[in-house]
Amino acid sequence: MPKLKVNDIEVEVEEGLTVLQACEKAGVEIPRFCYHEKLSIAGNCRMCLVEMEKSPKPIASCAMPAADGMNIKTNTPFVEKARKGVMEFLLANHPLDCPVCDQGGECDLQDQSMFYGVDKSRFKENKRAVPEKHMGPLIKTQMTRCIHCTRCVRFATEVAGVSELGAIGRGEDMQITTYLEQSMQSELSANVIDLCPVGALTSKPYVFEARPWELKKTETVDVMDAVGSNVRVDTYDWEVKRVLPIINEDINEEWISDKTRYACDGLLNQRLDTPFIKYNGKFEKASWSEVFKIIKSKFENSSNDKVCGFVGDLTNMETGFIFKEFFDRTLNNNNYDSRSDNRFLDNTERQNYIFNSSINGIEDSDLIFLIGANPRYEATILNARIRKAFLNNNTKVISLNDLGDLTYPYENLDGQTQSIKTIFEGSNKISNEIISANKPMIIIGESLLKLNSAEYLFNLIKNFLKKNNKFSENWNPFNILSCDAATVGNLDLGILNKETNLLEKLKSNKFEIIYLVGQDNLEFNKKDEFVIYQGSHGDKGAEIADIILPGSAYTEQDGYFTNLEGKIQKAYKASYPPGESKEDWQIINELAEVMNNRKLFNDKEELESSMFNYLKLQQQKQITKNNEQKISDFQNEKLNIQIKDYYFSNVIARSSKTMIECNNSKINIRSTGTEG
Amino acid sequence: MSLRRPTKNQPKTFEFSSSSMDEANKIVLKYPEGKQQSAVMALLYIAQKQNDNWIPLAAMKYIANFLDMPYIKVYEVATFYTMYNLSPVGKYFVQVCTTTPCMIRGANKLVEACKEKISDKENELSNDKSCSWMEVECLGACVNAPMMQINDDYYEDLDKEKTVEIFDKILKGEEPKPGSYRGRLNTEPENNRKTLMDVKNA
Repeated sequence: MPKLKVNDIEVEVEEGLTVLQACEKAGVEIPRFCYHEKLSIAGNCRMCLVEMEKSPKPIASCAMPAADGMNIKTNTPFVEKARKGVMEFLLANHPLDCPVCDQGGECDLQDQSMFYGVDKSRFKENKRAVPEKHMGPLIKTQMTRCIHCTRCVRFATEVAGVSELGAIGRGEDMQITTYLEQSMQSELSANVIDLCPVGALTSKPYVFEARPWELKKTETVDVMDAVGSNVRVDTYDWEVKRVLPIINEDINEEWISDKTRYACDGLLNQRLDTPFIKYNGKFEKASWSEVFKIIKSKFENSSNDKVCGFVGDLTNMETGFIFKEFFDRTLNNNNYDSRSDNRFLDNTERQNYIFNSSINGIEDSDLIFLIGANPRYEATILNARIRKAFLNNNTKVISLNDLGDLTYPYENLDGQTQSIKTIFEGSNKISNEIISANKPMIIIGESLLKLNSAEYLFNLIKNFLKKNNKFSENWNPFNILSCDAATVGNLDLGILNKETNLLEKLKSNKFEIIYLVGQDNLEFNKKDEFVIYQGSHGDKGAEIADIILPGSAYTEQDGYFTNLEGKIQKAYKASYPPGESKEDWQIINELAEVMNNRKLFNDKEELESSMFNYLKLQQQKQITKNNEQKISDFQNEKLNIQIKDYYFSNVIARSSKTMIECNNSKINIRSTGTEG
Repeated sequence: MSLRRPTKNQPKTFEFSSSSMDEANKIVLKYPEGKQQSAVMALLYIAQKQNDNWIPLAAMKYIANFLDMPYIKVYEVATFYTMYNLSPVGKYFVQVCTTTPCMIRGANKLVEACKEKISDKENELSNDKSCSWMEVECLGACVNAPMMQINDDYYEDLDKEKTVEIFDKILKGEEPKPGSYRGRLNTEPENNRKTLMDVKNA
């Protein structure tokens, strides 16, 4: 390992690291624009110049590999003069429009010019002006501000896997653009806004909304998909202005998907802000005590087994748990479920419904087999990880279906369940590949679990992997790709009913009262049922409701979510629920109080601790449980991958104007036929 | 110099003719497998030659598909190099050298001739769309200054009248003779040599 000196501090770094990284290790900060840890090295901004002994010229530390015996100086007048020179060149063509620039306050160029900028410009010529470029509904461009660091170009080619951005022209006339100014066809596109060190690429929906120092910042987790990306929610008053990624190397690295970032304007539209009661087909405003009274009398007038409840895809675990307690303790029945379709589920073991190899594990894997999953739309960040694994290790990817462009090459099969059967009976070329792979990953999507022979295939795959010793202490090849933020948490809490088929009973109108908590995806024809809908948005669920209880969205209450890997994370309250709406757990707790004169839990802390106790008990139960497998039938089916419309996958996204624009921009591209 | 943009009226399709295809395949073979993208510059030049000295967007797409690379990468190369023409320049593409040696020897007169005979402005097609002209930097024939290049040929030792004559021929569809217009062979000294008189074979 090379040893070198940085400002007389001795540091030892790994082979292959750069001088800049060595400097960081020595605790010295180096200014930079083009260098980014997660991207390839370009070395074109020249801001990171340092002095190296025996070199007559300053060196670009980001592009120079650290070598043994180097003596680096970063605080000499020589270095300062060099950086000042670079800064003067960068500022020569940069407009002085910080007061009207959205990047102001969080701009790398602004910050660094405080140290290295000169107060006057010696550039007397005309400044360069560059026309704005169209890059889709999310990215606003002001290309005159561009300093040509090419971070966005490298991000698009390397991480997002869509080579659509590039630098055209040369020298002073160089311009960053998408090919013929089409919008970027990637679900990660808006990350270029964070990467841009200046105000050239800024957020279109957030344009002129607020200054960074006016915003309240809350670090929380995202619920748009099951990945559980770590995000920072910026609020101004109660309004969520924007969502930004925060670094979590185990989950989302530094990126978030466009839906995570821009569905937040859906938090302002279609909100339920007061309780409603339906009289003669029309909703009328009511007070909490009124609606609770009506609900109480309804519950009292029907037998308990005629009541059922469903939990939705965005509810946090506390709400799920108290909902379950409400049914178990107050109503004395277990007619509750968190599934909105008849998918197969074996919850005897936790590994049967989580992503066992973990997201980090993708990078260690040497073979990935996708069955019934389209990770690009179901878990965008996870798909970026698969691409990273492909780039670094040339990981082989096989998919049962043809999934279109996944941003990496893959082998696709015919999409028939018969081929799953032949592969996992061990009489196929691919079976041998799985057997010979060190760390194979089988990723099973929800579409497979909805098949008629899901149980057969599920057990077949699992037994095949067991038989060939693919399960080991540090590797579990069996993965379920859940799509919704609440799925794994609800299953951990056991919010499901295995004895009776609730959905069938629901469809044949066997219930008198239906209690929906954020559940908008049920398909049934309402007859005489009394529907209580508790949720944040007026969507499909609220439409059929007789009583609406206004709840809170994920940014308006503290709550736990378990991501697809089974990692439990807390989402923090960033703003307040609108109007008279309350936190979800509170509503159920108060309803229980109205019904029984006793709250289920005294406060949130009691709820949390009893929830964690329950989870602990469940885990211990699982260890002692025996697994017996029923024999089930096989039938050959076509496995169709049903993915929800990417931009409209949940209530928040459906209420978001930005998501509609995104969807429209994709449709336009499709219809012109010029996309090649 | 400013950013050159592709012209508005673009042909819908482009395909290599059989002779271009042969040439292109020969060039692609020069590079190891998986590195065919290196052939992009040569292929763009072939496309330009085939298509009356300019490269339409369809050709860039065609080449991108030919070499299995993203469109934007080909577009980047084509906009970077000034010798790729992105808008029609006519069947006869006149490039007048106006760098110092030619300028001293009267290149401005050549430019005047261009303005009179071809078009008022640089990079504009003549009335019959067969011809356009532009000023360029040194073409490396300073000994025969002033000079201009039409397609692949150099026309040297010019003055205004001779240039006009050449243009007249071109516009009529004839092909004027390339080379020196003061009767020199290549770059030999005018009116016999003045130095090294005693060396016979110099």
